[in-house]
Amino acid sequence: MSTRLQKGGRLIDRTRSASFTFNGKRLSGFAGDTLASSLLANDQMLVGRSFKYHRPRGIVASGAEEPNALVNMGEGGRFEPNQRVTTTELFDGLTATSQNHWPSLEFDVGVVNNYAARFLPAGFYYKTFMFPRFAWKHVFEPIVRQSAGLGKVPQGPEVDRYEYAYAFCDLFIVGGGIAGLQAALVAGQAGSRVILVEQTAHWGGRAPVDGDVIDGKPADQWVKDTVQALEKLPNVTLRLRTMASGVYDHGYVLADEKVADHTPGDGRPRHRLWRIRAGKIISAQGAIERPLSFAGNDIPGVMLASAVRDYVVNFAVSPGDRTVVVTNNDDAYRTAIALKEAGLEVPAIIDARTSLTGDLPAKAKAMGIRVEAGRAVVKVKGGKRVTGVSIGLQAGEGAVLEDIACDAVAMSGGWSPVVHLWSHCAGKLVWDEAQAHFRPDPKRPPTNQDGAAMVAIVGAANGNLSAAAALADVAAQLGGSAVTAVEVPEAAMLAVWIMPQGAGPALKMKMWLDYQNDVKVSDVQLAAREGYTSVEHTKRYTTLGMATDQGKLSNINGLAVLAGALNDQIPNVGTTTFRPPYTPVPFGALAGESRGEIFQPLRKSPMHGWHEAHNAYLEPVGLWRRAYCYPRAGENHEQAVNREILNARANVGMLDASTLGKIIVKGPDAGRFLDMLYTNVMSNLGIGKCRYGLMCNEQGFLSDDGVVIRLSEDSWLCHTTTGGADRIHGWMEDWLQCEWWDWKVYTANVTEEYAQIAVAGPNARKVLEKLGGMDVSKETLPFMTFADGTLGGLPVRVHRISFSGELSYEIATPASHGLALWEALIEAGQEFGVMPYGTEAMHIMRAEKGFIMIGDETDGTVIPQDLNLGWAISKKKADYLGKRGQERTHLASPDRWKLAGFETLTGGVIPDGSYIIADGHNANGQRNTQGRVTSTYYSPTLKKGIAMGLIKGGMDRLGDVVEFNTVAGSTVKAKVVDPVFYDKDGEKGNA
Amino acid sequence: MLILECPYCGVKAEETELSPGYEAHLKRFGPGSSPEEFEAYMFARKNPKGVHFERWRHAYGCGKWFLAARCTATLEVFGTYPAQSGEPPADLQAKIKAKRPNWEGYK
Repeated sequence: MSTRLQKGGRLIDRTRSASFTFNGKRLSGFAGDTLASSLLANDQMLVGRSFKYHRPRGIVASGAEEPNALVNMGEGGRFEPNQRVTTTELFDGLTATSQNHWPSLEFDVGVVNNYAARFLPAGFYYKTFMFPRFAWKHVFEPIVRQSAGLGKVPQGPEVDRYEYAYAFCDLFIVGGGIAGLQAALVAGQAGSRVILVEQTAHWGGRAPVDGDVIDGKPADQWVKDTVQALEKLPNVTLRLRTMASGVYDHGYVLADEKVADHTPGDGRPRHRLWRIRAGKIISAQGAIERPLSFAGNDIPGVMLASAVRDYVVNFAVSPGDRTVVVTNNDDAYRTAIALKEAGLEVPAIIDARTSLTGDLPAKAKAMGIRVEAGRAVVKVKGGKRVTGVSIGLQAGEGAVLEDIACDAVAMSGGWSPVVHLWSHCAGKLVWDEAQAHFRPDPKRPPTNQDGAAMVAIVGAANGNLSAAAALADVAAQLGGSAVTAVEVPEAAMLAVWIMPQGAGPALKMKMWLDYQNDVKVSDVQLAAREGYTSVEHTKRYTTLGMATDQGKLSNINGLAVLAGALNDQIPNVGTTTFRPPYTPVPFGALAGESRGEIFQPLRKSPMHGWHEAHNAYLEPVGLWRRAYCYPRAGENHEQAVNREILNARANVGMLDASTLGKIIVKGPDAGRFLDMLYTNVMSNLGIGKCRYGLMCNEQGFLSDDGVVIRLSEDSWLCHTTTGGADRIHGWMEDWLQCEWWDWKVYTANVTEEYAQIAVAGPNARKVLEKLGGMDVSKETLPFMTFADGTLGGLPVRVHRISFSGELSYEIATPASHGLALWEALIEAGQEFGVMPYGTEAMHIMRAEKGFIMIGDETDGTVIPQDLNLGWAISKKKADYLGKRGQERTHLASPDRWKLAGFETLTGGVIPDGSYIIADGHNANGQRNTQGRVTSTYYSPTLKKGIAMGLIKGGMDRLGDVVEFNTVAGSTVKAKVVDPVFYDKDGEKGNA
Repeated sequence: MLILECPYCGVKAEETELSPGYEAHLKRFGPGSSPEEFEAYMFARKNPKGVHFERWRHAYGCGKWFLAARCTATLEVFGTYPAQSGEPPADLQAKIKAKRPNWEGYK
């Protein structure tokens, strides 16, 4: 059994206990424990079930590479699935439950998949679910959805908060082991701005566990002294619990700091996402031990040798009373020695190498440990827990020489440098034959904006696995005063990819490569036999390395097995692509503060507060919030909209039009410039006059529209759509700066400088006259003119333009006067029946008038001619933006869908998004179409449904009855009519 | 997340401050141009792996459009220069040629 030892544990505080629950069972550990160490201390070796076969799984590792021990953490608003117990710090009150089991962890029905494993090989999905075609949707997918998925989806909103932090530094160092600490010290003392991050809660990495001696001191002491020295340097920032998730272009780094995962509810943000711009990045992330591929290497109790050592030394937890060590290298002997020194039994060390010459094997033998050279674990015995191992010859085919009883197995297949951050921006790797791993190729680093190396990599991450070599590497790359570690000579390791090397199919079926996704040696070999020779294809076919651990543990084993099956060299097979994040980052951390009210910046008109105070229902228009309608007590939105329209048509209404884009174009060449920008002529517009204009892109498609007014000899003001202001201003600047840079024109986007109010309706003039201050009569201020003056003492510019079809004044005033003018108009309008109206009433009124709306009638494929707007296109101008595009033959085709109006035969409303169907079917069996609806409303003015749409033939189809489809499958019959439904002669607007 | 120095205001601007404008040094073809010329202007982009000239706007800064020469494969930035340039500055072309001897020129 696994248990807590009486003595030791460098990271735990035995005076402070912490109680927690696992699957509802109350357990206890110590401050300083990880959830993994405290589970092991309570003999909870079985912690989960595997993804595909539901095999019992235990803790394998002690760090971020853990593939098996994923749990659901927390409850309610703090629930989070797929948390690795090895990186979860224990705290009092922690609750965790195991995943992927039903009905219970101990007894799981899904384990039948395990016995059916021979029917679930690599590529099972692709092979099984192909035929018959209909079965996927109705048979396979529902079953797969039921049984797939790791962990549960959190329910309800997140209760914690998250934040972003931004930082700049010369050097960003990842990894707080001895290499990272020494690198930070050297650079910090040289005056560089340094940020050093460590993903765990402790500095020092593996050196203190391995008993290294640095600068004549035990590693623990050296780490403590170095951290103290770093803390004194003002130019060095130290961050624990901070995982560098990715390196991006030009020295950009994301790092996730777990601020309060271990102190939930203490008021601090749970995570802090660091967005860092670094001059250079130094990766000192160390190395990860690899498993060995022997049969039953996934049975709970089989662990990495380094993890076993970590649990004993750091947490005083023994994974088992009798631990067999199986290795291909000297390092694993440290585990055997540590176990022995802790008073535990090591029945044997099984070493695949035939000749053992290193100091560590000699020491182990001297301690009385039985060492077997040239031997292999043929298979591990046990179900939910290891009960023993069968051993045989590594060179053999699996004949069992002896059974050894044990309750834990510590395995080591060598070490793989953590090269993720080196590789994110295309740093290349080389194969190190001696240590059987990929390490960074110093000749091909990732590069920055200057073409210089952007990432350096030191220590074990650079293939320098011993403390002495790691520190020598730092000195070689960064200089600084020489710090030396005592060198413990180690003999060469032996690359072992399959154990024993001649194992047959029955054994290979039980050799796990990817624990989380249940990928075995036999699966990779099958993929190779079926022609998957590219490592990227094999990965996707078998799902090797595609689980949440992204193959940290054993991807190299998988690559090596693939290379073996292909009779190729490992470096020729290569690796899959390393991509961020290094370990998963919670969505909450990525979202940061961007949630709820501050998800996006909001733009508000000067009258926004008034709308809110008058019960406006607001709708988003770009970043703006505009009043959709102003419901009164007992009214729904539809009733409010209809009332607002009827009142504007009968009396007078007011619309907040402040969001309309307003761009001033000024200069000697401004007229010439506007003639290029708009399809019609603007240079000959009289001062004081207004003109409607269209803008197209170079392909000729309609992009924006609005009224242009001429302010003076050399200046115009262009109104754009609400959503188009910034885009059109950028478009103008683009042409002025990049194409016609010799033209003397200046533009200014003054959208937010002015409030604008539309006063529309038969009584509009009376309202303005009541306020007084300027002549707004028909004679002085006719339709499509404007004048500057005052109204009620406020400075205004009054435009006689109309989007509603009524007698209408659009009144602009400096934004600071907007609310005052609005309130003055409302007050003056009381006796004339004034009511505010919202955007929906505006939309319906313009549709009643047959006015187009950018985004409704246009979608980026519509030219003005399609919308019967040929009158707004100059025939005289030699050029304008879009003219050449519109000359393309297919845009002049008579088959194009063109604008017309529609009325249903019953007076009903055509459903939004409907198509006009035509005879016959297309290749996909869908009905052919001949048009579509673009705007469709119930018109309270006309008391029936009205619509605009595009139809083949356009206005030539007047009188035709056509059919619109509906979602339900039925059709709606409608007649093609003139799109101007209201006041066809324009008498009201001109009044 | 690229960093490009704005040649107008001198700010080393991060990509979030910039808006992209795609390939630089295109010749506009308007009315009277042949279908082939217009197609080339509208649609035919070089999209090279290697040295590339692009338009960028310092949209959340000084608002100016500028041009940048960079390597699409390594993201190395050779230089930035004002949009009011008929062709890349001679010294920039020389610098690129020195770094990428196989480069065939900006046209």
